[in-house]
Amino acid sequence: MEQTLQELISAQNVLYLGPELWIAASAIVLLMVGVFAGERSSTQVTGLSMAVLVVGFIGLFFSDTRGEAMNGTFIIDDFAWFMKLVVLAGSAVALMLSVNYMKRENIMNFEFPILVLTATLGMMLMISANDLIALYLGLELQSLSLYVLAAMNRTSVRSTEAGLKYFVLGALSSGMLLYGASLIYGFTGHTDFAGIAEAMAGAGRSLGLIFGLVFLMAGIAFKISAVPFHMWTPDVYEGSPTPVTAFFAAAPKIAAIAMLIRVVIGAFEPVTQDWQQILVFISIASMTLGAFAAIGQNNIKRLMAYSSIGHIGYALVGLSAGTQSGVNGVILYMLIYMVMTVGTFACIIAMRRKDGAVEEISDLAGLSSRNPLMALVLTVLMFSLAGIPPLAGFFAKYFVFVAAIEAGLYALAIIGVLASVVGAYYYLRIIKIMWFDEPADAFVPVSGELRLVMACSGIFVTFYVVVAGILSDATTLAAASFF
Amino acid sequence: MEIGLSHYLSVSAVIFTIGMIGIFLNRKNILIILMSIELILLAVNINFVAFSQHLDDLMGQVFALFVLTVAAAEAAIGLAILVVFFRNKGSIAVEDVSSMKG
Repeated sequence: MEQTLQELISAQNVLYLGPELWIAASAIVLLMVGVFAGERSSTQVTGLSMAVLVVGFIGLFFSDTRGEAMNGTFIIDDFAWFMKLVVLAGSAVALMLSVNYMKRENIMNFEFPILVLTATLGMMLMISANDLIALYLGLELQSLSLYVLAAMNRTSVRSTEAGLKYFVLGALSSGMLLYGASLIYGFTGHTDFAGIAEAMAGAGRSLGLIFGLVFLMAGIAFKISAVPFHMWTPDVYEGSPTPVTAFFAAAPKIAAIAMLIRVVIGAFEPVTQDWQQILVFISIASMTLGAFAAIGQNNIKRLMAYSSIGHIGYALVGLSAGTQSGVNGVILYMLIYMVMTVGTFACIIAMRRKDGAVEEISDLAGLSSRNPLMALVLTVLMFSLAGIPPLAGFFAKYFVFVAAIEAGLYALAIIGVLASVVGAYYYLRIIKIMWFDEPADAFVPVSGELRLVMACSGIFVTFYVVVAGILSDATTLAAASFF
Repeated sequence: MEIGLSHYLSVSAVIFTIGMIGIFLNRKNILIILMSIELILLAVNINFVAFSQHLDDLMGQVFALFVLTVAAAEAAIGLAILVVFFRNKGSIAVEDVSSMKG
């Protein structure tokens, strides 16, 4: 029975975890570099971490490995491949946005990029998790890194308070998710998704199983900040350092949505009726709250928090349909949302006067006369977030609503369209302030990497129709993994 | 009287509920919230071990061990964040965690 290490590795297909192993090993090495070289190595460690993510992205992009590893607890299919690419890109860009900000605010620690790496590793494991244990471990690796990231500015009351709130509510949600997982395990006898689906298809659903499903969904709803589990989002977005907020908005939600898709379509396909009701409810609640609560906000980070709650609601419209076109819509939505949100946060990070960063919406007044290019990019992004054609945000919404209508969820689609009309108000208000209000003091010149991100995001959003064909082919392929 | 699965599940449900109530009704100290979180995780572990025994399947016990490990890491990070917060604010009362509202 003696097995050599080599046989063990090939029997478990360990090499399927290539990108994950690469990021894990690099994070450990970079941590060593940081510890031994001290604080002065922070900039280099940040640069190297970005390089690690880019290499991971390229490696994954050209890899055609598909299959299951580690006794089926880890799966890499077209869907996982695509979502991981989006997450890696989001994390790398968020790291890029952080360099200058962290330096100017004097919170440049070498721990910061390493925590981003471990969080990204957690997200990749979440996306590939095909078993409740793997799902939980990936989720916790990501969450524990994010709690620390939120409290990164150790001397700021608001940042540490954001970390504390995120920790308490996040730990609570993990507890609920676990309680749900324990009930699901108990009533099906399996922790792997295929086994759960099989047990349900055979024995039908029991009350205990539905309880487990509800708890599990509640736990995941916390992570994607869907109403009624959104309470942490505005405070954490406002309190965290802005590049960390950009990271929160760009990557973790995509991973959590991917995880949700795999759970409901992969494991709970036999009880579609049951989870569909839950998703329709949280989708309507998120869209409505996101539209109305953002109206009264003056802090732009807080406004983006409510905006993200609303956008998660729209994405869930597609998932509620439970069809292939619905899943396709969600994947496309998350991709486009990631690009839009990264661009918007590049603009928010660029809001800086001589005496420090500012984050009130009124600080944008008259931006069009001070910095017309930035005003133009932010205008395009706001129109896109509001869903105005022919920008990318319109197509994102279009595909999820079409999927909902095809699945017969007319009420959901109508409420979604109405909510996006209400939501357009606060996006248009920002545009009005930028172009028609009395100019406020000018911002300091925008640094190069922020310009690059703004330009790329603005170009993608404006000329989305050009790449629409390629992207929808890719997302269709990804969605087909489940059907 | 024989103690069966349902008894374990009832105990676990009661502990879980106490943990939940501890988080939401506690208006005094954040440390009590950390204790409540530990209670929730303990309840989950009782569930896993009881189900594992009942199903005669080892997976539940493996899961329980992982939960224990993660709970330890979670407590460490929670306390660390609490300490930095205390340094800035000079208090760990729940009502003082309120510099951001709306």
